[in-house]
Amino acid sequence: MPADLTMDKVPTTLESVVIRFCGDSGDGMQLTGGQFTDTSALFGNDFATFPDFPAEIRAPKGTTFGVSGFQIQFSSQDIFTPGDRVNAMVAMNPAGFKVNIDDVEPGGIVIVNEDEFTKGNLSKCGYLDGYNPLEDPEIEHKYALIKVPMSRLTKESLAESGMGAKDINRCRNMFALGIVYWLYERPIDNTKDYLIKKFSGKKNLPEVAKINIQALEAGYYFGETAEIFPSRYRVPPAKQEPGTYRQISGNEATVLGLVTASQKASKPIVYASYPITPASNIIHGLSHLKRFGIKTIQSEDEIAAVCTAIGASFAGDIGVTGTSGPGLALKGEAIGLALMLEIPLVIVDVQRAGPATGMPTKTEQADLLQAMYGRHCESPVIVVAPKSPADCFNMAVEAVRLSTKYMCPVIYLSDGYIANGAEPWKVPDVNSIPAIKIHHPSREQFEDREFLPYERDPETLARAWAIPGTEGLEHRVGSLEKEDKTGNVSYDPDNHDKMVRLRAEKVKRAVNSIPLLEVNGDEQGDTLVLGWGGTYGSITTAVQHIRARGHQVSSAHLQYLNPMPSNTEQVLRSFKKIVIPEINLGQLSMLIRSQFLIETHGINIVKGQPFKVDTLVERIMEVIES
Amino acid sequence: MSTTETKLPIYTAKDFTTDQDVRWCPGCGDYAALAAVRKVLPKIGRKKEDFVFVSGIGCAARFPYYVETYGMHSIHGRALAVATGVKCANPDLEVCVVSGDGDLLSIGGNHTIHTMRRNVDITIILLNNKIYGLTKGQYSPTSETGKITPTSPAGSIDFPVNPIALAVAAGCTFIARSLDVDMQNLDNIIQRGMAHRGTAFVEVYQDCNIFNHKAWFYASQKDTNPENTVMLEHGKPLVYGTDRDKGIRFNNGRPEKVVIGQDGISESDLIVHDETDPILASMYSKMAHPEFPEPMGILYADPSKPTYNQLLHDQIEHAQADGKGMDLQSLITGNKSWTVE
Repeated sequence: MPADLTMDKVPTTLESVVIRFCGDSGDGMQLTGGQFTDTSALFGNDFATFPDFPAEIRAPKGTTFGVSGFQIQFSSQDIFTPGDRVNAMVAMNPAGFKVNIDDVEPGGIVIVNEDEFTKGNLSKCGYLDGYNPLEDPEIEHKYALIKVPMSRLTKESLAESGMGAKDINRCRNMFALGIVYWLYERPIDNTKDYLIKKFSGKKNLPEVAKINIQALEAGYYFGETAEIFPSRYRVPPAKQEPGTYRQISGNEATVLGLVTASQKASKPIVYASYPITPASNIIHGLSHLKRFGIKTIQSEDEIAAVCTAIGASFAGDIGVTGTSGPGLALKGEAIGLALMLEIPLVIVDVQRAGPATGMPTKTEQADLLQAMYGRHCESPVIVVAPKSPADCFNMAVEAVRLSTKYMCPVIYLSDGYIANGAEPWKVPDVNSIPAIKIHHPSREQFEDREFLPYERDPETLARAWAIPGTEGLEHRVGSLEKEDKTGNVSYDPDNHDKMVRLRAEKVKRAVNSIPLLEVNGDEQGDTLVLGWGGTYGSITTAVQHIRARGHQVSSAHLQYLNPMPSNTEQVLRSFKKIVIPEINLGQLSMLIRSQFLIETHGINIVKGQPFKVDTLVERIMEVIES
Repeated sequence: MSTTETKLPIYTAKDFTTDQDVRWCPGCGDYAALAAVRKVLPKIGRKKEDFVFVSGIGCAARFPYYVETYGMHSIHGRALAVATGVKCANPDLEVCVVSGDGDLLSIGGNHTIHTMRRNVDITIILLNNKIYGLTKGQYSPTSETGKITPTSPAGSIDFPVNPIALAVAAGCTFIARSLDVDMQNLDNIIQRGMAHRGTAFVEVYQDCNIFNHKAWFYASQKDTNPENTVMLEHGKPLVYGTDRDKGIRFNNGRPEKVVIGQDGISESDLIVHDETDPILASMYSKMAHPEFPEPMGILYADPSKPTYNQLLHDQIEHAQADGKGMDLQSLITGNKSWTVE
């Protein structure tokens, strides 16, 4: 790197910055954002990301529905969300600009690739004939608009590379990233290493790596020499607890959690799944971990996937299936089978906006009642929900632990937002994670008495998990109602009533194996904001803001939805008002009201987007002041 | 759990009989299939605890309750998906699915296709009675067009599926057919099917004497059987008939019924059964009554295709072969971590 030409300018120090990269879905915005995130992580910032992309893999070029975006907030403080208002936006084309400009704060930096703002492209994304936002005085007045001819500059900087126009064009995102790295004082070496590894390894395209690096450097130097930025910005590293950190997305954490659970249980996991957005990259990740004994099966459909997981559990592995809401609906009958058989089964549901196909790449929290009640007859299961990307690791381990301990299906409710969003994660010491104890009975235990497949542990009510291949314990299980203890088919009315209650009681007893609900803030007071799942970040931040204004408000977050922690009612009764923000029309509210007869104030916004902190603050304040 | 090293107990059919009362209608063809299975199991060379019977829903699906091994009566249509999980979890188990035509070809048709194409090492016994029994007599996917049933009072307008043709199309590696009443053939076939590594599909013509009695009488009775079926034997010509004087030969590439001794035709002119020939299997699947005698026995057996469960475990073994990358802490830490002092 040459001498810093801007040494005479003192960079402005900021606590946090929100950047959004946007462009066509073929513009490499996810990669660009991912690289900025990696670099910021290594730099030591706290961060949270929000990739936002269309379901179409390559929508028609230049259209608004083909816009792909990646937002990151990076900070010197603890943060929990990718941020509400964008401080700086990079728009690679007019469609990206059009879709995202309203999220940029007034005065915010807007860096555009002006070469793409041609008449044709402007009309493709629906701007009126003759209008170019880059020439609109209102836009120029409202934002710090920085027009950069990125296409031309990239081309010129790579003119002597001998590469084709197509390859050169694809380097524009690296040029843009170079500018942003310069603007926020980030080193470019991490991305250079990445490009070398990505293209020079198996792909054997060292020349592609070279031009991408050249474009990255060209962008960086452009920032340095062009003097079009009023200042550089500095976001110092965050103060973090000592330890080893990595960045992690929710789906990655789910993968690692399942592998860890498998190792801690000393048992293979059979993960059977049918590809579905936004759950697919869980099976992608697990498929690469065969060395840990993980068996992945791409089933022919959602029903086959859950049934294969059930078969695997019956035979003594840990059966796990992964899906999203539509798939959970298809699996419903089989989940009933698993709870009738009383064998372990974990169902991962990465929720998305629906119903039906809905908006597959957008987030939602509207499968809670489906997880609770979306089956025929009395069919209670354990329901857990991670609260953040990193928490997916813990809750995946928990799901396996509870499922094997109680011989009961566990539904694990992640969502598209935390599945794809990333944050720094203090990597746990695997030795500190307790073993998952599993016992398969053997014939020796039953020398003086008969083996009865439905005899239960008096404490957990779990039946013994006797597996095929065990001599002397041959038995049949099935979907028909069975007699308690023997497991023989039974149509006896009293027995059915007893079994229905036993299956419900078993799920209730899982309360003895889950932690208490923690209150963030005062343990009693006027208002408690209660959340569940992926909204933890926005709720926590909103409540911090409100407390900073001097209001008395606490928050609590449910990671265990069925059963809820044993102190839930007591926590709720310690506050006068219970506010429940959810990305649905009030599903947790319904559960709280029906279980505890406690009034709740719902904040329900269902836009396929995570909550904005400002919106939550405003809506919670309305309740506080009402 | 391997059975190869320890000595096998000597079993009889009784060892594979549970204490449960069999609840099929008297005279049901399922009894024959159950008897055949109980008789065959002692001959398979596996320990009792290594068998797993899985079924779906339907009359036939009660089967596992009556066999003293591990068993699961699952939900409608899903037996093969469950069995796939069992076999992938523990490939040492001998997994067998017994279900009916509704279960395996209608609601569970998809799983039948995909289990066969993957060649999961499962023996499938299809008890085909061409009717829905447990729900009281509606037409099934194998019922003939025009059948009068409670849901088709004016005659069924569905065209039936051909189970053997479906198995051929799906790439099933062992395809066989038997009559419920032909105990000896059924025995042999089930035994061969269980010994086969890969998906073994056995279609059993089974009489439902309540809702579809006599559906298979054209093939199953003493007087009809010799004329309307042809028993295949590997390496032997296709001979049939009460007097074993009839056969099938190729004529312009198509099968043709001929009489041995007429027009100078001898046994050497007949098609010789080769159970490894998929083209012949395809032809057998289309030989249907009344145009042809229906082929019985082992129509096709290809032991060369690797099984899904084997490939699955091979990949895992391969991934673990060098013993590298198996440290959990390194995995979760990843290769882009940073340390805060």
